[in-house]
Amino acid sequence: MDILAHLLPAGIAAHAPVLLVVIPLILAPIAALMPSGRIAWAISLLAAFLVAILALVLLGEVSQAGSVSYHLGGWAPPLGIEYRVDALNVPILLLVGFVGLLCTIYALPSVADEIEPGKQPMFYSAFLVCFTGLLGVTITGDAFNVFVFLEVSSLSTYALVAMGGGKDRRALTASYNYLILGTIGATFFVIGVGFLYMATGTLNMVDIARVLAEDGHSRVTEAAFAFIVVGLGLKAAMFPLHVWLPNAYAFAPNFVTAFLASTATKVAFYVLIRFLFSIFHPEVTFVAASFTWIFAVLGTVGMIVASAQAIFQTDPRRVLAYSSVAQVGYMMLGLGMGTKAGLSAGMLHLMNHAMMKGALFMALGAFALKFGVRSIASLNGLGRTMPVSASAFTISGLSLVGVPLTVGFTSKWYLILAALDRDWWWAVAALIASSLLALVYVGRMLMAIWMEEPPSHQGKAIAASTAPWAVVVPMSILALANVYFFFNADPLVHLANAAAEAVMGGR
Amino acid sequence: MWTPELALALALAIPALGGVMVALLGNRPNWREGATLVSGVLLALNIAYLVEIAPSQPTLILASIAPGLELAFKLEPLGALFAAVASGLWLVNSLYSIGYMRGNNEKNQTRFYVCFCIAIAGAMGVALSGNLLTMFVFYEVLTLSTYPLVTHKGDAAARRGGRIYLTILLGTSIGLLLPAIIATQFLAGSTNFVAGGLLALNDVTPMIAGILLVMFAFGIGKAALMPVHAWLPNAMVAPTPVSAFLHAVAVVKAGVFAMLKVGTYIFGPALIAATPTSQPLAWIAAGSIVLASLIALTKDNLKARLAYSTISQLSYVTLAVMLGSPLAMLGGALQIVMHAWAKITLFMSAGAIYTATKKTNISQMRGLGRHMPWLFGAYTVGALSIIGLPPLAGMWPKLFLMQGTFEAGQVVLATALIASSLLNIAYLLPLSARAYFEPPEEAKLKKPAPMLVILPPVITAAGVIILFFLIGPLRDYLLPVFEPVAIVETVL
Repeated sequence: MDILAHLLPAGIAAHAPVLLVVIPLILAPIAALMPSGRIAWAISLLAAFLVAILALVLLGEVSQAGSVSYHLGGWAPPLGIEYRVDALNVPILLLVGFVGLLCTIYALPSVADEIEPGKQPMFYSAFLVCFTGLLGVTITGDAFNVFVFLEVSSLSTYALVAMGGGKDRRALTASYNYLILGTIGATFFVIGVGFLYMATGTLNMVDIARVLAEDGHSRVTEAAFAFIVVGLGLKAAMFPLHVWLPNAYAFAPNFVTAFLASTATKVAFYVLIRFLFSIFHPEVTFVAASFTWIFAVLGTVGMIVASAQAIFQTDPRRVLAYSSVAQVGYMMLGLGMGTKAGLSAGMLHLMNHAMMKGALFMALGAFALKFGVRSIASLNGLGRTMPVSASAFTISGLSLVGVPLTVGFTSKWYLILAALDRDWWWAVAALIASSLLALVYVGRMLMAIWMEEPPSHQGKAIAASTAPWAVVVPMSILALANVYFFFNADPLVHLANAAAEAVMGGR
Repeated sequence: MWTPELALALALAIPALGGVMVALLGNRPNWREGATLVSGVLLALNIAYLVEIAPSQPTLILASIAPGLELAFKLEPLGALFAAVASGLWLVNSLYSIGYMRGNNEKNQTRFYVCFCIAIAGAMGVALSGNLLTMFVFYEVLTLSTYPLVTHKGDAAARRGGRIYLTILLGTSIGLLLPAIIATQFLAGSTNFVAGGLLALNDVTPMIAGILLVMFAFGIGKAALMPVHAWLPNAMVAPTPVSAFLHAVAVVKAGVFAMLKVGTYIFGPALIAATPTSQPLAWIAAGSIVLASLIALTKDNLKARLAYSTISQLSYVTLAVMLGSPLAMLGGALQIVMHAWAKITLFMSAGAIYTATKKTNISQMRGLGRHMPWLFGAYTVGALSIIGLPPLAGMWPKLFLMQGTFEAGQVVLATALIASSLLNIAYLLPLSARAYFEPPEEAKLKKPAPMLVILPPVITAAGVIILFFLIGPLRDYLLPVFEPVAIVETVL
């Protein structure tokens, strides 16, 4: 990675933090002006590619220097806006960058299939704005800036989800519900940030933390904490604030679902960690209490309830959407342990879950390109009709259950060990129960795919076929990553440990 | 060049690559079956080498997942022996499968042979695993790869049987076995199989060890200890080579083998004897032995009768482990080997009868011995071995177990063993009598059974006789595993 930094002109490496946000932002309106969806796609691909490279450059810098601070416009913090990259957000940047890149490749056939040609350039433009927002949220070191980027990404997401309305009008209601709840979340968040500003007189995260540590907490900062947790909880689809998510995922265009499922909630979750650990201090009484009594408890309940709900869904995308809520529960549980091991396991699961869900939704999209996928029965026999996509679906599905030889097992193992460290036997029981529920809902889909008769046309089985390369390549990469990172767990475990170390120090 | 580590890797790679070859040769049946047989021979040779070098205990680490958590293989005598049984019988079973599948014009034969290869790779993984995690992984590989075999027919009954099969095996393994493994890791800091018992060496209290013992006993659902036995009769919907494979070669044997390995290397005989739960579990095992035999008596369908017989015979091993005496455990280890040879003979006989006559019920099999004298000869030898008569291999495990129970002062358990042998006579021998001594229904078979379904049971029946005389080397081979040695010496 150092080589990468040397290859780039010195100026670019020095300005990598801001370029990461500016490149997709500038390319967004350009994409909107393009005459055809294909050119707009090429521009998006360029943006995603550059972002992925820059994320790698930043990883190199962080692993050397510990953290990178970039002063926007040369104005030093706390007055100016600071972009700050450290071990906690560099994995998120990498995740958004690389999953974004893979999803963008996948977008070409998927978007061409689902979005009217005239609207495609605008669609890609909205995607790039959303991409910008997610990156901005992750990289900024300024609390108010988080709100701005959060809204940039959310507003464009509402539009992206609504684009599914071309095929199914229910996408419009789903988007509208999401808009209402998302806006409530954003409002709560900004109120919380306002309170913090009131109490500390600063918006820079490092500076807020410094003032809070010096002046101590008051009713105002406690209120700020409550508002921020609820606001971010809505964005991260934390149980029971997840009600917007299933419909949004089920009716959005397939590409949007794949992208959002593996990035958007993860970014919101990252911000939550940042506020809980870096700004508020995990040893402050009310923060520590919230770990045990809010995050661990709601996380555990979410793991079980959302998994159970997933079993009763008929639409495969809703099954996976409820499963996503359950997986957020796993991460919340890890966070709620309040230990370094727990946070690290939660971060690991965050990265692993992005791989699983990305591949799963891509495979569903691949099925949808050839057959309408509206119920589990419509998956019948696809193992024979579309063997490659079905295999990718199977591998990542097993990873979702937590079967050994996939990364799903690794992160659950670390979660369980972290729980045992705290003597939380009930959490271990819940983790296993939730895995069994996952086995049921994934098993139902796998049974349909492999054991039922393949779809037929006029009495003859439809010949086996493969999805376009632009689907197969990113989907296979993500699915195989599920296996690869089991056998070579070190890189991701190292990233997760470093992230936990960065915010919890030696504790 | 030919290092022990390479041989360990090959034990898994040969069947796996064999599976790939079978899949690639799918539309040329003769070449495809050739691939199966060649991998069978290569695997058997490789395992023969491993059996030879097992006392040196070579280790192979495949991947390191977390500190103290590895995917690793370690060769030791118990595993080598199980691998030898599984690979040897796989070869015989493959010959038989060719005759059976072709003789009955079964569909989807390529899938059938591929799944067989994967399953045998899973069995090898269980046999050679160096820690609980690795064992768990391959245990699940075995479950998943045999599911398509169980549901091979694809009709409603097959799917129902398959669903029960999968639900019980996955449910118990994830719900009980995995938590037990996690607890072991937490208590001992690793899950490695260690001579003398990992938990015993880490000073785990008998109370906690007792809880874990219960979780292992029922979590290893493949050992079919009642009440988690229901999957086994339901899996009878499978074609007969699968039943033979399930009940003699891989699946159930992997279950009791896992139980034995856990008992030997995770608990250690002394710790098992000290736990408060080993006694109740021994009673449950004895109950399974008698109850399953009684149920077997009521079954007219030959395969169903054999299935319950298997449940009964498997519990011998569980009982041996729970007694916690080295002598009984030696009996348990021998039971895995001896029962495998005898039971595969019986199942292959059932399949041969079906191939020749399409008959499945014992009441219909009058006088068939006149048409197929060799086959029923093999059946009778297998049956007598299961009953435990000399000079047949099945005698030895029963003898050691009986000694073990007496030594432990468990007269009631010994009575259960005797009762079981009597019940074995009652449910296995009537078929021989009926086939040989009653007049046949038809003067001549419409279609004689193909050579390939008659020969394999005859081979395994001969094996049952030969194994009787091999007890000396086998005992010497297994002795070091179950210390202390002295007790065993006095018995023989």
